[in-house]
Amino acid sequence: MSSSVFRMRSRMLRDHLFRALPALIAAFSLLFAWEIYCRSSGISETTLPAPSQVLFQAWLHREALWLNTVPTLRATLLGFSLSLVLAFVLSIVIDFSALMRQALFPIFIASQTLPLVAIAPLVVLWFGFGLLPKILLVALVTFFPMLVALAEGYASTEREVEDLLASMGASRWKRFRLARLPSALPYFFAGLRISITYAVVAAIFAEYAGAARGLGIYMLNAKNNFRPDLVLAAVLVSSLLTLLLFSATWAVQRLAAPWIDSSSGRGR
Amino acid sequence: MTVPLLSLDGVSLNFGEIDVLRDVTLDVMPGEFVSILGPSGAGKSTIFKLLTGAATACGGEVRFSGRPLASNERPFAFMPQRDALMPWRRILDNTTLGLEVQGVPRKEARKRVEPLFEEFGLSGFERHYPRALSGGMRQRAALLRTIVQDRPVLLLDEPFGALDALTRNQMQIWLEAMWLKHRWTIILITHDVREAVMLSDRIHLLSPRPASVEQTITVPLPRPRFSNPATRAEAAAIETSILDFLLSPQIQK
Repeated sequence: MSSSVFRMRSRMLRDHLFRALPALIAAFSLLFAWEIYCRSSGISETTLPAPSQVLFQAWLHREALWLNTVPTLRATLLGFSLSLVLAFVLSIVIDFSALMRQALFPIFIASQTLPLVAIAPLVVLWFGFGLLPKILLVALVTFFPMLVALAEGYASTEREVEDLLASMGASRWKRFRLARLPSALPYFFAGLRISITYAVVAAIFAEYAGAARGLGIYMLNAKNNFRPDLVLAAVLVSSLLTLLLFSATWAVQRLAAPWIDSSSGRGR
Repeated sequence: MTVPLLSLDGVSLNFGEIDVLRDVTLDVMPGEFVSILGPSGAGKSTIFKLLTGAATACGGEVRFSGRPLASNERPFAFMPQRDALMPWRRILDNTTLGLEVQGVPRKEARKRVEPLFEEFGLSGFERHYPRALSGGMRQRAALLRTIVQDRPVLLLDEPFGALDALTRNQMQIWLEAMWLKHRWTIILITHDVREAVMLSDRIHLLSPRPASVEQTITVPLPRPRFSNPATRAEAAAIETSILDFLLSPQIQK
């Protein structure tokens, strides 16, 4: 019994590896080509460092990198949490009130048109070099996709399910809680995956505009010191961070909403 | 003479410019199996919308047990066209939905529903999600959700319309057996003439929109009907006469 479960697990693991194989081969081929180019063309290390050089420097500076990763991760998570709470509350407000929807939605859309390049230094100017401006910028960037995901999720509720609840005498709030909210969960998780990738980038951008510590300011300093290898090392860390958060959303979804059939969305 | 459990008296309804129901008059006796049969788009489902409070009549009267039906009164349990099972709820929690809305504590609701799973051919599937069930099983789960609400009248809106022909037949046989045992008062909406004849005590025939009751047919066949070949032959004759009537030029307009 337990051995068959184990066999099933190991087969699933093998299946996953097989599915990841083409992506891994493609990625390694690119890195390999890059490495070969750096070694054969004699290009200067301060212009284009080889991948091996980046990895080596990342290892040498692991302590500094880690020290600068923590504030970025903190800003990302706090800003994202703020954005989730705001999106959730406001999505309920606009779901219950058509007037509020008409009043607020244009403002939300306008918030998405603000160019981050211009807004980030201003937010730092207003709120200082601490954590707050980073949190605000991450929230600004991720709020709208989350709100749209939730609003569309509510709207995806099957008409018949709502009619059924109404026939049972359910109030508007009960209909929301029993039908509209759970209907929105697949949309919510899709939105989560999109915004979490924006979140890390937004945090780094905010730090770029001014910070005491963080991956963004680390990249800026490395660039100013003519160390592209360290810039790329920090890029590597931020990519890994994003991938980690991205896979965490799958784990949360599997725990919170095991009924969502996610197989269709992942190509077989 | 007994008082009808439910009667519609000259009920009219329009959505904006469109007349949907015009002067609909019909009644349902206690413990009776009644079908409302009519062409697609005639406004059959609108009659249920009226009863469940999703639409309001602009004329006529609905009476329940002889008294006018108050707007907050809900003596009906409604089963929609598609099963409307919630994919995020396990079958057990789907079937207790109506009780939960009524405010019955979850534990007690489950206790009331669980003994019925056997009879509905669903035992062993309590903890499954709906997507794991076949069409016929989903439909039985939806009917279970409907009857546990313990309302005086069941409103079934084309409950087997989405099923394949074989499963549909099995479900009809099963429903007749269940009805013979429990004697629920049922109003069945259908456009399937055979289904109406095989299952109903009486059939109210609706005209195309604006709908009114053109004719009420009593089906005097003995039960159970599906197991008896002689009954099935008689039913076929009734079916033909109903079809002739529905296809006649003055009904087609």
